[in-house]
Amino acid sequence: MSDPTDTREVILEARELTREFDGVKALDRFSFKLHRGEVLGLLGANGAGKTTAMNCLLGLTLPTSGELNAFGMPLQANRIKILQRANFSSAYTALPGNLLVWQNLLVFAHIYGVPNPKKKIAELMELLEISHLNKSVTGQLSAGESTRVNLVKAFLNDPELLMLDEPTASLDPDIADKVRKVVRKVQRERNVAILYTSHNMRDIEEVCDRVIFLHKGKIVCEGTPSDIVAQSSSDNLEDVFIKIARDGELLDEPKKASAV
Amino acid sequence: MNFRIISALVMRYLFLYARSPMRLVELAFWPVVDLVVWGNVTVFIQKNTNPEFGSYVLFFLGGMILWDIMFRAQQGVAISFLEDVWTRNLLNIFVAPVRSSEYISATFIVGMLRILITAVVLSFISWFGYAFNVFQLSWWLIPFFLNLMLFGWSLGMISTALILRWGLAAESLAWAIPFFFQPVVAVFYRVEDMPAWSRPIAWCFPPTYIFEGMRDVMKSGTMNWDYLGYAAGLNVLYLALAGWLFVWVLNLTRKRGLLTKFATQ
Ligand SMILES: Nc1ncnc2c1ncn2[C@@H]1O[C@H](COP(=O)(O)OP(=O)(O)OP(=O)(O)O)[C@@H](O)[C@H]1O
Ligand SMILES: [Mg+2]
Repeated sequence: MSDPTDTREVILEARELTREFDGVKALDRFSFKLHRGEVLGLLGANGAGKTTAMNCLLGLTLPTSGELNAFGMPLQANRIKILQRANFSSAYTALPGNLLVWQNLLVFAHIYGVPNPKKKIAELMELLEISHLNKSVTGQLSAGESTRVNLVKAFLNDPELLMLDEPTASLDPDIADKVRKVVRKVQRERNVAILYTSHNMRDIEEVCDRVIFLHKGKIVCEGTPSDIVAQSSSDNLEDVFIKIARDGELLDEPKKASAV
Repeated sequence: MNFRIISALVMRYLFLYARSPMRLVELAFWPVVDLVVWGNVTVFIQKNTNPEFGSYVLFFLGGMILWDIMFRAQQGVAISFLEDVWTRNLLNIFVAPVRSSEYISATFIVGMLRILITAVVLSFISWFGYAFNVFQLSWWLIPFFLNLMLFGWSLGMISTALILRWGLAAESLAWAIPFFFQPVVAVFYRVEDMPAWSRPIAWCFPPTYIFEGMRDVMKSGTMNWDYLGYAAGLNVLYLALAGWLFVWVLNLTRKRGLLTKFATQ
């Protein structure tokens, strides 16, 4: 699965990660490596185990078995050190709705110990084109605005590792496009490693260097989006997705793309 | 423990209170209602009994004020945590480099700030409205406040652990916890007036020593020093137990994967 000649620094690594809920395996011996500066997409149908994987990687959920390392350190014993260098954003969490946007961001900037926090916040808000929302009440933002505020929070500490769980869910195509471009831009500028889940294949094709398809907690195939499409008899990633979601495998072709 | 993180968490509550002054009103409203009711009852008793008991009966007010200190401390801790649950912010906190000890410390500080406000308001009204001067307890007030605050923190941590484990279904239970203790910690009556079987139970909890001590001080100007020692010792024990419970529940929720379901619900 991993190429021995690959010399890039490994930022995040899971070995045989398994997570059971009431005897059902939400993740089944899931192994992967995420390298510095790489964007890895996790794909799969609803319930495939993507969020569970992310929660394990964030230390929110303990795996039933398996090993997790980030920045070369075991995750559980070094959670705080690792989280200082990482960040997370999801369409399904929110910042406290009763505070103003700048107040929320300032609090998190202090938590992460961001030097010169006001300047940093202003820069990031400008980058995500939400400077005008500075004094808005967080709870009154539209879904798209709130997603972008969450992203500002996620970029505050210049993370080396970023986990984005469906960051473009509920965004209109225009904003989704902008968010993808910003994520890509920041990612390239700072060489961030990103773990990315989405149900939007456009997202995946544009943002991810490599993808892993999960089905019932198991890896079905992995490779670059174009390799995977090429190796299946499908025309595009969306067809591959549907095939895997229905059959649990890519029937007509080799199950794994070899390139990593 | 990182002080920068604790102060960032506290800053959040200050923003919160500055943004919604209604929360401050709530800090004063119930204590004032309680105080007026108990104050009037006291005046009524004073007018209808002999003068000696009449002056002693002011301990109703003292008991009420000190009880409120403990109750507010518990609430401060639990509310701080609930704010994160209500606002779906818990996940953001848990994925930030925040240690449990830092998080809890911040809730303690918020609890303390809430107490200060309540205490000032109550002392003021009881002095002007009912000629009860809390400062007649003089410097005894300091250990009284501290001990009750510490026990309030322990109860707050227990409430938080309950909510962490059972979700918002446990919320009302969390509010009720201090009142489970009210009958047995001798807030408004002496331990010797309680049924014999319940007295040993009463002495298991730090507030009992404080409320007994308060009545002694009001009567004679001094109290049994041992009481302060027992109260402090028991408080250390309860804080340790409550802290252990909180961390244990936190780890349990991680193991069961409940943290995320709960944090995003
Ligand atoms: N705390 C939990 N308790 C019990 N089962 C859980 C828990 N968390 C997740 N699961 C189960 O684990 C499986 C994987 O869920 P997960 O949320 O990881 O899926 P997902 O790939 O993120 O799906 P979606 O695309 O819908 O977000 C599901 O069957 C889910 O019901
Ligand atoms: Mg999910």
